[in-house]
Amino acid sequence: MKDAERIIKVRKLYKKFGSFTANKDLNFDVYKGEIFGFLGANGAGKTTAMKILCGLSKPTSGEVKIANYDIYTQTNEIKKNIGYMSQKFSLYEDLTIKENIRLFGGIYGLSKSEIEKRGKELIKHLELEGAKDKLIKDIPLGWKQKLAFSIAVLHEPDIVFLDEPTGGVDPITRRQFWKLIYEAAGKGVTIFVTTHYMDEAEYCNRLSIMVDGEIVALDDPLSLIKQYKSSNMDEVFLKLVRKI
Amino acid sequence: MNIIEVNHINKSFGAVRALNDIKFSVKEGEIFGLIGPDGAGKTTLFRLFTTLLLPDKGQIFINNKNVVKHYKEIRHIMGYMPGRFSLYQDLSVEENLQFFATIFQSSIEENYDLIKPIYSQIEDFKKRRAGALSGGMKQKLALSCALIHKPQILVLDEPTTGVDSVSRKEFWEILHQLKEKGITIVVSTPYMDEAGLCDRVALIQKGRILSIDTPLNIEKSFPKHLYAIKTKDMHKLIHDLEKYQYTHSTFPFGQFVHYTDKRNEFNIRDVYDYLEKNSHIQISIDKIKAGIEDCFMELMINQEEK
Repeated sequence: MKDAERIIKVRKLYKKFGSFTANKDLNFDVYKGEIFGFLGANGAGKTTAMKILCGLSKPTSGEVKIANYDIYTQTNEIKKNIGYMSQKFSLYEDLTIKENIRLFGGIYGLSKSEIEKRGKELIKHLELEGAKDKLIKDIPLGWKQKLAFSIAVLHEPDIVFLDEPTGGVDPITRRQFWKLIYEAAGKGVTIFVTTHYMDEAEYCNRLSIMVDGEIVALDDPLSLIKQYKSSNMDEVFLKLVRKI
Repeated sequence: MNIIEVNHINKSFGAVRALNDIKFSVKEGEIFGLIGPDGAGKTTLFRLFTTLLLPDKGQIFINNKNVVKHYKEIRHIMGYMPGRFSLYQDLSVEENLQFFATIFQSSIEENYDLIKPIYSQIEDFKKRRAGALSGGMKQKLALSCALIHKPQILVLDEPTTGVDSVSRKEFWEILHQLKEKGITIVVSTPYMDEAGLCDRVALIQKGRILSIDTPLNIEKSFPKHLYAIKTKDMHKLIHDLEKYQYTHSTFPFGQFVHYTDKRNEFNIRDVYDYLEKNSHIQISIDKIKAGIEDCFMELMINQEEK
């Protein structure tokens, strides 16, 4: 991966809120087409770091580059080149599937004809032809999540941030969702994902684990499992977070 | 003795059939889990037996009392922790607890022993507004409030959703301590791995119960031989197994793919040969026991086929 194109560069990143240090000396790179898992307990500082990487919040100090754009001065370029999806905020419930595609396509600056073309492909790919005029609030959660992901990559961003994308869905839909992630990564989209499902952590190319604002481990899943003499990521996570 | 009896419950919201002929019972003193994804009907079911909703059809009995007729009594013996944080955000930690104690004509002092293991973890913040607590602390306060009137039955709607795996384990340790004190616990969760922590579980999907039993019996009833397969290129493996003519199901599970075959009688060597022919290397195939998640997906496939 060393020679691959670097999409995220983070050096000595600190974020402080008063006397509280939410992010302490973070250093990592993420490369093109990589699926990077960003793990940590609740309150470890993941959301704070994610907000910075998306250009929504400024670090207290340190260097951060997203797709070669600087986090301090080029946040508008960054926002154009990323996609974002979370379980809580994804789509507008009172708009139809087609309207959501048009809205987000427009926000990301796609032309009318591009929106039309990519929207059609998206609906076909997700097999939603029969449902495209349904309101989001009337479709099942599993569809919503697959749709939200597909819309987040509609403008072909360099990187897409996924904040606990699979919470609450059934186990088959969860796996279908990961198939979409693999497909996008295969096309060169970088995936930056947080999850509480440790089996999903094992689908990532590399993982970082945050504890109390610091990254305490960063490697591919198999190396971490070996290094911490565990049989799966759940055990690794437990050992690191409980500091056994 | 059965403390909860649910008899052929149906509930619809407009055209949506939220619950379809649900029938089960909960024994006194057990931890009973409702395992299923969002939209399965778990919350609707909980609202029915906590007296907050009326069924279209069927009855629910708690301590042999019909919950619709005897709702006032039932509310006194139930503690309910809803899925969404629903305490008073503008009241302090202590004021919330006091409020819930008072409406049940009790006091914090009277039942302090019961909540102590949980409440003591947030007591340092008792003057803080509930709205200003972290997620984990809110959860502990909500549990304390659900317990403060010393209920016989504790009903918890997805208490661990969105919670990291370490905090989830700690929460389950608390539930087991409460069980030791004789409280019957009914808990719902979308996390399949939590099924094993319950005495009995109901797997629920789209308003129907797929299976009810002990976690071990459900796992034992898995109808197929199950294999964990691994090769060097996992993406290609998933793809190739999906194309294989004898594949019944194939699902990624962390570092492995879980595989079942369409045929009843077969030699697993066939699968090995097929993968080798498709230029896979470092092939490992092991026969394994099914977990709850395997069972849930198998039951889902069967339900779709019906």
